[in-house]
Amino acid sequence: MRNLASLLFAGGLAFLLLTLLSQLAFGTPPMRVGSEILAVAPGEVGAANLVTAILLGYRGFDTLGELAILFAAATAAGVVLGRRRDDARRDPPGGEVLRTGADLLFPLLVVVGFYVIAHGHLTPGGGFQGGVILAAAFFVALLAQPARHLSHGLILWIEGLAGAAFILIGIWALVASGDFLAPLLGPGRMGELLSAGTLPLLSLAIGLKVGAELAGIMAHIADAEAPDT
Amino acid sequence: MTTWVALVVVVLMLASALAVLLLRSFVAAVAATAVVGLGLTVLFVLMRAPDVAMTEAAVGAGLSGVILALALRRLGLWRIEDNGRGDGDA
Repeated sequence: MRNLASLLFAGGLAFLLLTLLSQLAFGTPPMRVGSEILAVAPGEVGAANLVTAILLGYRGFDTLGELAILFAAATAAGVVLGRRRDDARRDPPGGEVLRTGADLLFPLLVVVGFYVIAHGHLTPGGGFQGGVILAAAFFVALLAQPARHLSHGLILWIEGLAGAAFILIGIWALVASGDFLAPLLGPGRMGELLSAGTLPLLSLAIGLKVGAELAGIMAHIADAEAPDT
Repeated sequence: MTTWVALVVVVLMLASALAVLLLRSFVAAVAATAVVGLGLTVLFVLMRAPDVAMTEAAVGAGLSGVILALALRRLGLWRIEDNGRGDGDA
């Protein structure tokens, strides 16, 4: 019965894909939006890194969708993993080398993370990449000393406020210019740290949200009860 | 020149992807998946997409490996030595 259902599902999917393939010739209609954006973006958004201009300016709504997906994944992971027993064993500390290494790496990773976030509109990088680096910084510290506790309440607050800030900036743009998440405050001078309007703010919101979410997921998985060996 | 570098990287990626399937040790398989992600990062750099390369390095090579390793530990499969002498869970 289940095999039949899977066969039907796979057949239906293949049918839909084949229909699409037979109706649309490969590569048509030609996508001209790329060259259009390349021509318009430097004057309109003012971000030296065009990728960020597209991610946060022209495709900001897609980015909001990605944030929503990540949020759903983090929530699902939290629900599935549940809470640890209070009397469960913890892992032993990671030892001298790992602890000293983690203490040494932590400030460097935090600085690099914020640098990547803050310069997202100038150099390759941005909110997602910087957020993952921030999460890694906190996770390395947690690996070295599993007994150290990452405050889940604080993580929830950072995550919620950053997500709300992203949407509020979008609504602000909706009120001010009529388009959701349109860059505001003018493009500024390209190449300066404070340029490209609201893009750095959006970048910061994404970075904090992604960092808090991923650190939360990893702390949650790592916080599991140590195996009883 | 770039083509040859890309070729070497692709062969390395294919080899480590095969290793993921063939290796007996789960820990080594997790490390091999990270190698696939690292190779993909180099390919993205060669294709001049530094943004994607940074994401791939952080997520594909780093984060997913960590999450797989943590999941292994949670399932009790985290064994460095596979010859039954002792279970060296880190």
